[in-house]
Amino acid sequence: MQPAFSVIFLTTLIGMGQGLFLALYTGQVYFVLNVVDKTSTDIFYSIGSAVSIGLLILGLIASVFHLGRPERAWRAASMWRTSWLSREVIVLPAVMGLVSLYGLVHFMGWNLTVMTIGAVVIDLSLIIGLFATIAVFSLYIATGMIYACLKFLQEWHSPLTVINYILLGSVSGFTLATLIAAHKQPELIPFFAGWSIVLLILAFIFRGASLMRNKRLRPKSTVQTAIGIRHNQIKQKSMGFMGGSVNTRDFFHGKTVFFIRSIKFIFLIMVFAIPLAMLIMALFKPSVIILTIATVSMYLGLLAERWYFFAEGNHPQNIYYQTIA
Amino acid sequence: MTQLALVIDLNVCVGCHACVTNCKEWNTSGSAGALADDNPYGKDPTGTFFNRVQTYEVGQYPKTETVHFPKSCLHCEDPPCVPVCPTGASYKREEDGIVLVDYDKCIGCRYCSWACPYGAREIDEHQKVMKKCTLCVDRIYDESLPEAERQPACVLACPTTARVFGDVHDPDSDVSVAIREQGGYQLMPEWGTKPSNHYLPRRKNHVSYKKHELERVDNPLKKEDYQVDASEPSLDDVTSW
Repeated sequence: MQPAFSVIFLTTLIGMGQGLFLALYTGQVYFVLNVVDKTSTDIFYSIGSAVSIGLLILGLIASVFHLGRPERAWRAASMWRTSWLSREVIVLPAVMGLVSLYGLVHFMGWNLTVMTIGAVVIDLSLIIGLFATIAVFSLYIATGMIYACLKFLQEWHSPLTVINYILLGSVSGFTLATLIAAHKQPELIPFFAGWSIVLLILAFIFRGASLMRNKRLRPKSTVQTAIGIRHNQIKQKSMGFMGGSVNTRDFFHGKTVFFIRSIKFIFLIMVFAIPLAMLIMALFKPSVIILTIATVSMYLGLLAERWYFFAEGNHPQNIYYQTIA
Repeated sequence: MTQLALVIDLNVCVGCHACVTNCKEWNTSGSAGALADDNPYGKDPTGTFFNRVQTYEVGQYPKTETVHFPKSCLHCEDPPCVPVCPTGASYKREEDGIVLVDYDKCIGCRYCSWACPYGAREIDEHQKVMKKCTLCVDRIYDESLPEAERQPACVLACPTTARVFGDVHDPDSDVSVAIREQGGYQLMPEWGTKPSNHYLPRRKNHVSYKKHELERVDNPLKKEDYQVDASEPSLDDVTSW
């Protein structure tokens, strides 16, 4: 496929925003359950939520550039029964609303105790956070399924696509949370950095699995099935026109094998290697600069990762558009 | 249930592109507005087309055959492009099975074109909405046209009758009979889209006979062991002056 930058920015930005919220909420749940003895201050929660909302809004803005008729975008909420894209359009504002509410409750300090189970005090923000977490995971699934549900894009048609959207989004959010902690509350660095490292390793395993799977894929469609002629030697002599068309522009990246391989190498280094080294360093010697490098490298790497993900999708319609007469 | 569709006979298509031209002409003149058509005579011509004729070479020289292959939307019975549409602009008509786009609802997100394995959908880069073959829905029901002309523009243009239009769910229609009796097939059956348009394969008429069929087994001359003496003139030789 021809990667569209609007969609690359949309998926990476909202993935990071959702991951940042998950980081905040994980920290809160750990504290409530007495697993850790330090929690974020209300200011940290508010700033974190605000950054998360900012990323989600930027993602939403990026998505508008993908639409031919953005003024009609409201219609996209109507077909949620069948379309994952429609489901994403519904869940994204829900996530934004719930995360805003979560941040607001912390910012205003509305520590309303809803109930107590034994020694565990469940306050209002914890309940809102629970709903926001459900919404965040729904959004990850919807985003991943938009691509995973297209069965003839064999590279995408796998549960690994959804898993990778969840893991890569989460790890970028947790890394960003570590950076925010370095600014506002350095005592939280080990918690967020530790989680980031765990998620990074998981993401590497699953992204690697996806790369290995796609390398071994065999296209189900061939020129024989495409035109229905049973012969081993079929060559296209003309695709029917000499200029370009949407079919020749939208479905193929038009880059060399070397370029594609370089992008893969770049994203493996920038998403996994550099941030892993920086996060481990931050565990021993926390510093803002080290964590800034980790976060920036990871985000830029994710842009390359998403570009590669789209470029890797091999659309069967390309079989029909091989030769200009 | 009615399922309107085209049956395209690869045995008689000569690759003249008349269907492409007439399709573009009819569909760029309709109430939905012109189809995109940029630099038609310039350096990089580009535009929206609903129908294309492609050419393939089958076999290796000198044993090759040229196959002209027209391709338009196949109006699948289970169209993968319809359920993915977030707005409901892409739909399949209950009454005749035509897959259409409501140009007033389409947001131009291109997702349906990703979901079509055949590349049958093309975005109109001027109107910014997805467009595709309508099976000339604005012709086939137009009662102001003579009945013989209530057919898709591509069908009317075809000089060799390689394109036949009809209801593939009616077992007695011309298209159903052609599919059944002449080996009609679907494109990319592996994806379960059940295309309604069918293609008729190349067919050759071979007369096959065996050597013994050339000689009459019950030849009466053989039975009586009658030998012709070639040295003597026969009656034919005598009389043929």
